Amino acid sequence: MNALIISAVWGVLMMFSGILLKRHFLIRNLAVIGLVVLLVSDLLEMSGTVFFKMDVKGMILFDRFALFFDAIIFAATLIYFFLSAKDMEKIGVNYAEYFALIFFILCGITLVASFQSLLILFLGVEIISIPLYILTGSEKKNLKSNEASLKYLLLGAFSTAIMLMGIALIYGAVGSFMSQQITIAKTPYSALLIAGMILLLFSMAFKASIVPFHFWAPDVYDGAPTVFASFMATIVKAASFIAFIRLFNDSFGGMKPEWQMWMAVLTAATLFIGNITAVFQQSVKRMLAYSSVAQAGFMMFSLYAMNSDATEGLLLYIAAYSLATLGIFAVLNKMNDHTFDGFNGFAKSQPLVAAATAICLLSLAGIPLTGGFLSKFYMLRAAVNTGKDIWLVVFAVIMAAVSVYYYFRLIQAMYFREGNSHTVQFTQPFKWTMVAVAACVILLGIFPNLLLYWLYF
Amino acid sequence: MPVNYYIFLSLALFAIGIVGVLVRRNAIVFFMCIEIMLNAVNLLLVAFSKMHHANQAAGLANVGIDGQLFVFFIMVVAAAEVSVGLAIIVMLFRNVHSVNVNFLNRLKH
Repeated sequence: MNALIISAVWGVLMMFSGILLKRHFLIRNLAVIGLVVLLVSDLLEMSGTVFFKMDVKGMILFDRFALFFDAIIFAATLIYFFLSAKDMEKIGVNYAEYFALIFFILCGITLVASFQSLLILFLGVEIISIPLYILTGSEKKNLKSNEASLKYLLLGAFSTAIMLMGIALIYGAVGSFMSQQITIAKTPYSALLIAGMILLLFSMAFKASIVPFHFWAPDVYDGAPTVFASFMATIVKAASFIAFIRLFNDSFGGMKPEWQMWMAVLTAATLFIGNITAVFQQSVKRMLAYSSVAQAGFMMFSLYAMNSDATEGLLLYIAAYSLATLGIFAVLNKMNDHTFDGFNGFAKSQPLVAAATAICLLSLAGIPLTGGFLSKFYMLRAAVNTGKDIWLVVFAVIMAAVSVYYYFRLIQAMYFREGNSHTVQFTQPFKWTMVAVAACVILLGIFPNLLLYWLYF
Repeated sequence: MPVNYYIFLSLALFAIGIVGVLVRRNAIVFFMCIEIMLNAVNLLLVAFSKMHHANQAAGLANVGIDGQLFVFFIMVVAAAEVSVGLAIIVMLFRNVHSVNVNFLNRLKH
C-alpha cells in the first residue's frame, strides 16, 4: 500500500516540478529521490511498517510475493534512471512529464502485482498501458515514433476489449470478480468460464508479447525512443508476467488441466519464433526486441509449471533479464549507429563498457556463472518437476543454443572486428554504473539466494 | 426477458467491432469499432448483473451490484484511452496529413 500511494503522489509531484524547477538536473534528482523513497517504503512494508491503512474490501493483497516483486522493479527502475535518465533530454522538451508518466506506470505495476479482483487487474493494466502509449509517441516529429505509438495504441485498446469480454464472461459464470470466488467454481466448468479464461489468456499473452500475439512488439520497440523501449522491454514486460502468473495462480489455479496444454504450445511457439527471427536481424535494437520475445518464452515456463520453483524462478529471471537488458539498451542508446556494424571495434576504444556489455550479453545467452544461466535453470527445473512434456524442456535448451548465435554476434563485433565506433563518449558515472550492473549479474549467477532469501524472511 | 437475448445482442455487437477492426483502415473508424466492443462488454456486464440479482435466493439488495460498478470503471478508462488516442491521431495527422492506417508501414524495413 505504501508504494501504491507514494508512486501516484510522486507522479503528480513530478508534473508540478516541470513548472517549478527550471534546471534539468533538479528534476532528475527529484525523480531519483522519489524512487529511493518508494524502494525504502516498500522494504519497510515488507518488515511490517505500513504507513497507509485502508479498507480495500480484499481487492488488493500486498503479500510477500507482491512486495518483493515491487522491490525488484523499483531497484531496476533506479538503475534505469542512473543509466538513461540523462538521455531523455534528447527526446523532447517535456522532461519532467516523462518521469511523471514513469511514476504512474510504477503505480500500475504495484496494482497488477497485488490484485485479488479482476477489476484491479483491468485498472492496473490500463494504468500501465496509457502512459506507455504517450511515452512511445513522445518524439513528436519522428514519423517512426508516431507510427509505433498509434500501432501500440490501436492494438493495445483492441486487446483490452478482448480482456474485458473475458472478464464479463467469467462474471457471468461465477457472479463475482474476486479471485477466490473464481477458484472455487464447480466442475464441470461452464462454457462461459472456459471461454472467458481463454480470452483473458489471449489478452494477457498480447500484453506480454507471446507468439502469436507478439507482432506489435518489435515494431513498437523499434519505433519508440530507445530510452523508453528499454523501459518497456524490461520493467513493463516483467509486470505483465507478474499479472499473468497472479491471474493463473490465484484465479484459475484449480483449472490447470484446462490451460496447461495451451501454455505449452504458446511457450514452444514463442521460443521458436522469437529466437529464429532474432537471428536474421541486422539492427541491434530489433535484435533486442526479438530477444525480448524469446526471453518471454522462457518466462512462460513459470506459467506452464506453476509451482513454487516457478514463482521463485520467475523473480530471479525478471531480475537477471531486466538488469542485463537495461545495460545493453543503455549502451545502444549512446551509439550513433544501431546496426551490428556500429559496434565494430568497440572493445578497443571502450574496454570497460565493452566488458560490462559482454557480461550482460553472456547472461542473456545463459552462460554459466551469470544470472541468466541460473534463472533459465530454475525455469527448466520447474518444468521438469511437473513430470510431463519433457519435449518442451529439450526444445527450450536447443533454442537457448540458437540464441547464443545472435548474442555472440554482437560480442564478436565488439572484440574481433576493426571499426570506428570510438566516436562514442561515456561519462565516468555511466561507466561505473555499467560495471555495477555487470557485477550484479554475476553475483546473481553465483549467489541467487541473496535475492531469493528475501522472498521468505 | 431471458438473459440470452442480451448475450446474443452483445456478442453480435462485439463481433461487429472485431470485424471493423480487421477490415477498416481509417484510424478514427478503427477507434469507433473498439468503442463498440467496449460497449458490448458494458451491456453484457449489466445483463449478467441483473441475472445474478434475479437468481439469488435470499433477497439481498446488493447482489450483482459489482457488475454495474465495473461498467463505470470501463467508461472512465475508455474515456482516458480515447483522449490519448485522439491526441496521437492528431499528432500523426500533422505529420502525414492522413489518418489511414495503411500509411503505417515504415517500421517494416
